[in-house]
This record gives sequence, structure tokens and C-alpha cells, in this order.
Amino acid sequence: MTGRLPIKGVRDGLLVTLPEGAWEYVRADLLATIDERGDFFRGAHLVLQVDDRPLGAAELGSLRDSLAEREAALWGVLSSLPSTRAAAADLGLQTSLTPAPTPEEEDEVESAESDWDQAVFLHRTLRSGQSVRHPGHVVVLGDVNPGAEIIAGGHVLVWGRVRGVVHAGAGGDTSATVAALDLAPTQLRIAGHIAVSPQRRGAVRPEVALIRDGQLVAEPWEGDGRR
Amino acid sequence: MPAKVVTITSGKGGVGKTTATANIGVALAAGGARVVCLDADIGLRNLDVVMGLENRIVYDLVDVVEGRCKLRQAMIRDKRLPELHLIPAAQTRDKTAVSPKDMVRLADELRPDFDWILVDSPAGIERGFRNAVAPADIVLIVTNPEVSAVRDADRIIGLVEAEEKDPPKLVLNRIKPEMVRRGDMLATADVLEVLAIELIGVVPEDDSILVASNHGAPAALDPKSRAGRAFRDIAHRLNGETVPFEDGESGDGLFGRLARLVRSGGQA
Repeated sequence: MTGRLPIKGVRDGLLVTLPEGAWEYVRADLLATIDERGDFFRGAHLVLQVDDRPLGAAELGSLRDSLAEREAALWGVLSSLPSTRAAAADLGLQTSLTPAPTPEEEDEVESAESDWDQAVFLHRTLRSGQSVRHPGHVVVLGDVNPGAEIIAGGHVLVWGRVRGVVHAGAGGDTSATVAALDLAPTQLRIAGHIAVSPQRRGAVRPEVALIRDGQLVAEPWEGDGRR
Repeated sequence: MPAKVVTITSGKGGVGKTTATANIGVALAAGGARVVCLDADIGLRNLDVVMGLENRIVYDLVDVVEGRCKLRQAMIRDKRLPELHLIPAAQTRDKTAVSPKDMVRLADELRPDFDWILVDSPAGIERGFRNAVAPADIVLIVTNPEVSAVRDADRIIGLVEAEEKDPPKLVLNRIKPEMVRRGDMLATADVLEVLAIELIGVVPEDDSILVASNHGAPAALDPKSRAGRAFRDIAHRLNGETVPFEDGESGDGLFGRLARLVRSGGQA
């Protein structure tokens, strides 16, 4: 398994800090990470921190194409080297992160300091059009309304109603779960499995969705520490 | 006391923003307040039509912003209520003719002379919406009891929160009590369950609204109109008065109350 690259959620997307070393290895490492984490990167905007590595338009263009094949968009390149910044700018890439939020960008909730193993905690209701993408776990104290989405590398726990789209284990982790007081999402995904909520019968009760024997199932959330 | 700016918005079009603006404006002015209604729907103006002031427009909002006239010149005084004024939108321009900063400046200029400034927002979430919301002290979200309108309202609430405004208040428009009773229409409680904001008015579907709009005489002027009364209630609530919601229309069943109790604890 390849080493995990440091990834941070920022307002503009996912900030990946590339390590030192020969470009071809670093590039292969990045692509391998994306292949391995699968769905987590799908549709994501990537910003690469390359420090003082000299990169030309050819290298960046080829990387952009490889990322596009994986359905990830190269959005920006951060570098301390003017020539690398110029090459990135020529390709129409951003060379700095967006400083102040505008209302539209505010919709994309990104965790400030995060890595694969950390959880982000949101004490509010996610409304239609709002999106949370986080490599680790996501905990919401509030509702996830129709039209909102959560994409998490790990588990998703909602102390409230889930009506929007939730994707847990978006990097391919089939042990991820989605737990909520009232679990009736528009669509639920865990790793590569997709389910829609069945017609509701009976009283609302806390439920946890998980993959059992290759099937995405929802069970009463017992909260007894078995999971 | 300087005026409060109330922006009326919705996300989805056709839910009754302009009707609500005209009627709340009329109701406030009928109560003796000094009111100016500002049509921020540049390019698709119609507040003037609903208020029956269309034929008196000389200058508009864009003329004021671009310095072609004084604020007072663009202000049309209502013929029925002397304390009610309208600043119409430009019809031949678009939303980019005005910036959110312009709107804040304009509102600040109006504040000393009025009690209420009502801003009629265009549909959508783009520039026109941002213009309308920029000066707001209070945001009213108008929605209808249908799933698509509620989803758009939810989106707008999120955007208003992102602008660091106070939580908006909800006007539920065009509700049909008999359909709700049959279970064919979302009830007030269903809408509040999703949106979880304070309810300031429930307006029943009422044919008199259509007639009134076509005649340019807002229904709030008509003591017999049910919708008109609902708009007058909204005006009273804006003034800080406690007006009970009509029977069942607030949807305040036990579950609704419980849900809101839980929610208010979770929104700290």
C-alpha cells in the first residue's frame, strides 16, 4: 500500500501536499492514492501544494488529464516558484487559495484541519445545496435536509433527521456506517453500495446503516457498543 | 426610530413574494407606519402593477443608484395611503445594474425618514437575491406548501445564514385548509419540520388575491378578504404584537411543538 499523502479540506476543495522526491514517483503516488480512495475523490476539486518543485505546463497538463480520467478536477497549484505558478496559470489553474468566503462558496463546508482519521463536528442543520466533504468521520448535531449532502471517508453520525444524500466510506471502506435518529435519506451510499430509503412503516426510531453480507442494510440503532 | 429593512424572498419564483410585499406594506401603512416598498427585481418589475402605481413611474431604482435623480424623485406616493411609497425597479436593465453595496447605501439613506423599508427580492440565488438581502435587518421567506418550494426555501435559509443575518421568518402562502385536512397538501407542521424557522404568517389560498393584484388594489385593503387578514396579521407580528394563528393553521400539534423544542435546543 502506498503511503497516505497529507490531505486537508479547504474552502476550494481538497489540498494535497506533495512530498519531496522524483516527480514521476510523487505523481504515481498521488494517482495511486486516488485510485485507492475511489469515490472520495470523485468530483472533488484538488489543490496541490508543490512548494518549490519546478513543474512545466507539460507535466501539469498530463497530471490534469490523469486526474480527469479519475473524475477528479485539478483546480489549483500552490508553489513558491514563479515559473511553476506561471505554468499553472497558463493552464487556467488557480495559484492561490480563495481568501474570503463569498456566499456561494460558503455552501461547501470544508473542515479546516483534517486528515483521514479525524472527525469533523457540525452543530447545525445542513440545508439544501450545502455539502460536506471530509476524509474522516462526520458528526452532525442537527438535520440533513433534502438537497444537502455529506461525503465522508469514514462514518457518519447524525443526531437528527437525515433526508438528503449521505455517502459514508466514500474511499471504499465497507466497514463505515451511517447512524441517525431518523434515517430516511434520499439516497444512502456506503463504499460502492447504493440504497434508497424504503417506504416508512411504523414509528420513527434511531437506525444505523451498514454493509452486512455484501448488502446495505438499516437496523435499529441499539447504541450498545457492539459497533 | 430609524426604519427596519425587511427583505421578502423565496428562491423559487411564483410563490407570492411580490403579493406579500405589497400586502404587508399596505397593512403596515394602514396601521399608521411610514413605509417604503423597494422593488429589487430589476428587469422583471411588477410590484408597481400589484400596488396599482404603474402609470406614475418616472424614475426608478437604477436611476437613483446611477445618480440621474434624487431619491425623493423616484419615490411614488400611494394614492390610498399617504404614508405608503414605492421605489420601482428598472424594467429595461438587469440585476447587474445594482450592487449589494448600492442597496445598503440606498437603505441607509431611506432609514431616517421611514419606519419600514420592504424589499421585494427577485427569485433565484444570484446577484438579484444578494442585492435584496444585503441591507436586510429581517428576512421573510415566502414559500408554498409544496415540496419543491420548500426545498428552495431551505436553500435560501442556508444562504441567509451564510450572510450572517438573523434566522429568517417564514410566510407560508397559498395554503388550502381543506386539502391539508384530506392529507393532499403539506401541513404547516410538515413545512416547519424541514425548515425549522419561526413562522410569522400563514396565508390561505384566496381568489380575491388574484382579482386584487389585477386591479392594483392589494387585498390587505379589503376587510373581507381572508388572505388580506392574514397579511394584516403578519404586519401586527412584525410590530411585535402577539396574534394567535387561526385554528390549526400553525400546525401546532404536540409533535410540532416537541420538534421545535428539540430544534431550538440544537441551534445554539
